[in-house]
Amino acid sequence: MTDEQSPPRRRFPAADVARVSVFAALIAVLGMPGALNIFGDAVPITLQTLGVMLAGAILGTWRSALAIVVLLVLVAAGLPLLAGGRGGLGVFTGPSAGFLIGWLPGAALTGWIVERGGRTPSTVRLVAACLAGGVGVVYLCGIPVQALVTGLSLGKTALLSAAFLPGDLAKAVLASIVARGTQRAYPDAVPAVHRERLRAGGR
Amino acid sequence: MSGLTGAYVPGGSLLHRLPAGAKLAGLAVSCTALLLLRSPAALAGAAAAVVLLYAVSGVGLAAAWAQVRPVRWFAVALFGVQLVFADLPTAASSTLRVVLAVALAGLVTLTTRTSALMACLERCLAPARFAGLDPFRLSLLLSLTLRSVPVIADLVTRVREAQRARGVERSPRAFAVPLVVGALRHADALGEALAARGLDD
Repeated sequence: MTDEQSPPRRRFPAADVARVSVFAALIAVLGMPGALNIFGDAVPITLQTLGVMLAGAILGTWRSALAIVVLLVLVAAGLPLLAGGRGGLGVFTGPSAGFLIGWLPGAALTGWIVERGGRTPSTVRLVAACLAGGVGVVYLCGIPVQALVTGLSLGKTALLSAAFLPGDLAKAVLASIVARGTQRAYPDAVPAVHRERLRAGGR
Repeated sequence: MSGLTGAYVPGGSLLHRLPAGAKLAGLAVSCTALLLLRSPAALAGAAAAVVLLYAVSGVGLAAAWAQVRPVRWFAVALFGVQLVFADLPTAASSTLRVVLAVALAGLVTLTTRTSALMACLERCLAPARFAGLDPFRLSLLLSLTLRSVPVIADLVTRVREAQRARGVERSPRAFAVPLVVGALRHADALGEALAARGLDD
């Protein structure tokens, strides 16, 4: 006998399991040594934060946060998935632990801002989302933790971190350009569109 | 698992035999203690304790250095900055604190199997079931991610080759957009395959 009430919509369908794990893997691959020095071979920039911003812009708030959790759990378990083959618990007690933890709220905020943009988030919105989430939030989490671990004052730590700011700003702009390009080529990469499709398809 | 391995060093020491959860809790407590230690003498004592723990574990010098290596330049820079802005004792103790915290965490990584740590962390994430993420899905997520790493790395190689063929090697956009679209296509096909196997029923 069939149940008259429609079954409760699964809060975590298979489509999301797949997207979350593939994006967690994408972030890991973007940090692999030698894989991608996209600006010729001149500047060895790690693209891992680019992956974090892309995850936010494409997966949306909750899924992107979950992708970061999955990645960080695997890193904590000892797998070398961070840039330069780093991994293990040491990265969570080291000086840049806060920047790593900051990926979580950072990706979530990026996703939240992009989700507010509806079916066609503009480039301006994407840039704002990547800057606020991928740079702002990450630095807000990272600098105080670094100050605590090193015993330096907040101001001095911020000054030291400023050396990475130009690269991160460039990555935020690049991430939004890439997200825009991806969402044009594959409309289902817009969080709002994806959600509507899941609802319509009942999956 | 396809070349992805942790830094675990097999052994039978007391540290190897402790359960992963106990080691994680111990690590959390000792890192907090490290943050509270201010005097150089106390930190020197902590350093002696960490060295003793490494000796007990018997993981060897090379493995120990591999854990601390990533922070070596940071430690040098921190020491220099502190020496300029403060004095020698402050510089020594804050540098020591950073190195010790990383070394301690590294010791847990070295003496605990990746699978044991992962099982322990999975248990820590168990409350996620209230958000619709049951334990089965959680472990599926973790193993699927590990499986996806080589797949995406392959995709990177293919996109690079396509980029070279098109003569746009220098354009970051011509690299990243096809990569992300390819990753999404793969993810959505994977999702359909999972649904077809009844994951959503």
